[in-house]
Amino acid sequence: MTSTDSDIISLFLGVCGLMLLLTLFGEVLSARGGEGNPVVETFKTRVRSWWGMVILFTLALIAGKVGIIVLFAFASFAALREFLTLTNKRQADHLALALGFFVVLPLQYLFVGLDWQALYTVFIPVYAFLMLPVVSALRGNPDRFLIRVAETQWALMIAVFCMSHVPALLMIDVAGYPADRGVLLIAFLIMVVQFGDLLDFFFGRRIGKTRIIPNLSSKTWEGMACGVASAALIGGLLAWMTPFGIGGAMAMAALASTAGMFGNLVFAAIKADRGIKDWSHLIPGQGGFTDQLDSVIFAAPIFYHVTHLIWA
Amino acid sequence: MSLPRRFAAKIVGQAIALFARFITAVRADWRGIEPVNKQRVYFANHVSNADMPMIWSCMPPSIRRDVRPVAAADYWLKNKLRAFVGPEVFNCVLVDRRPEARDENNDPMQNILDALDDGSSLIIFPEGNRNMTTDPLLPFKSGLFNMGKARPDVDLVPTWIANVTEIMPKGEVIPLPLICTVTFGTPIHVDDDETKDAFLERASNALVSLAPRQEDRL
Repeated sequence: MTSTDSDIISLFLGVCGLMLLLTLFGEVLSARGGEGNPVVETFKTRVRSWWGMVILFTLALIAGKVGIIVLFAFASFAALREFLTLTNKRQADHLALALGFFVVLPLQYLFVGLDWQALYTVFIPVYAFLMLPVVSALRGNPDRFLIRVAETQWALMIAVFCMSHVPALLMIDVAGYPADRGVLLIAFLIMVVQFGDLLDFFFGRRIGKTRIIPNLSSKTWEGMACGVASAALIGGLLAWMTPFGIGGAMAMAALASTAGMFGNLVFAAIKADRGIKDWSHLIPGQGGFTDQLDSVIFAAPIFYHVTHLIWA
Repeated sequence: MSLPRRFAAKIVGQAIALFARFITAVRADWRGIEPVNKQRVYFANHVSNADMPMIWSCMPPSIRRDVRPVAAADYWLKNKLRAFVGPEVFNCVLVDRRPEARDENNDPMQNILDALDDGSSLIIFPEGNRNMTTDPLLPFKSGLFNMGKARPDVDLVPTWIANVTEIMPKGEVIPLPLICTVTFGTPIHVDDDETKDAFLERASNALVSLAPRQEDRL
């Protein structure tokens, strides 16, 4: 067994232990009269869906690199479906949208899997960006054309391009950091962002006063500051998973968590504009894939590029 | 139906439901009724050939077992595959839409009432044809009124199916995997002294009121 394998196992055991603690904590809160309290209920449903994520992620991990890439390809598919359900489109866009789902998305993950970095960093922002509007234009309906192609491109950027930067972390080559530890780097990113979100939610309810965007999101500056600080602390504790060192890991965790929280606000604005509360109902009691992953989606490309710039 | 054929029909039915769930994540919104097996006539808007399989797929198996879509014989008997899928997988009540085919043994309304008397629930499309216009609904045919009048105890449930035009517009080959929602509204019945036109208008309004609001899109 390599040191990476034993680290993965200890991480898995650690996460399961922590999830058990969180589950127990939720049960204690319910037993103490929190039953029916929306904060407690939200906390419990979040913990439940995290269990699902932990199990899925572990299964993908056992299947290796391919497993991780396929897992995120399906997450992209679900997020793109939620996003494009709500965008403006005409029948003239049908082929372009079908290409987005069935050609652009699989190709992007294929390029990530083959580690063709020069291609997967420009494929959607350049080639899909230029080609899909051509396909729509050829069908001839100019009604709201710019809005249609812009919304389609935004959906692809968020749901496919940004999301694919999570598995792309597997491919980063850092001196002195064995290539098979990439899965640990992914786990690091997801954990610091999600724990940052959870603690932001927790502190926001406790001490939050100043709403960042009143009427749009319940996020507060106080909650956000505590969330980012907690993410940095957790990042420091998990520094052994990364090539960053303790200080670097804390800074990267804070950066990812901040990006994720602002991402959350951007998605809140989109949802408010389309008059919806959640992107879909695919995760019971919890909304859609996009609701669950919005902060990770925003954090992933930034985390990827800064890692590349400083450590690769 | 022979046993192997029944088995094949069951498998194909499961495969269709699974495919619909995978592609469109079709979701039922039980707004006006509970998802329990009670005798009902689900009347739905009709824009695409995918409508009926979508409604069928989002129903729980206990409801699906006893529900029979009312469908056009000329469509479902066109070839052997359709003749298997329509009558055997979906257990359709086939009706012949041609007036000249009507005789004593072949009265569409009688076939429908027989199915109701057997205890089946029905899925019907009261517009009669696929709606290719920009209006939300075509004027209803009188079938819904006649059913409600003849079997007043049966709940008539408005059923709005959203997004199917975008998933599969007419003339396209590849379905788009967008999320499809089927909304079941509050049941209605024909009032004792209600005229046909008044009832059909009320039914049509009940159905349109379930449509998601459109003003949030341009």
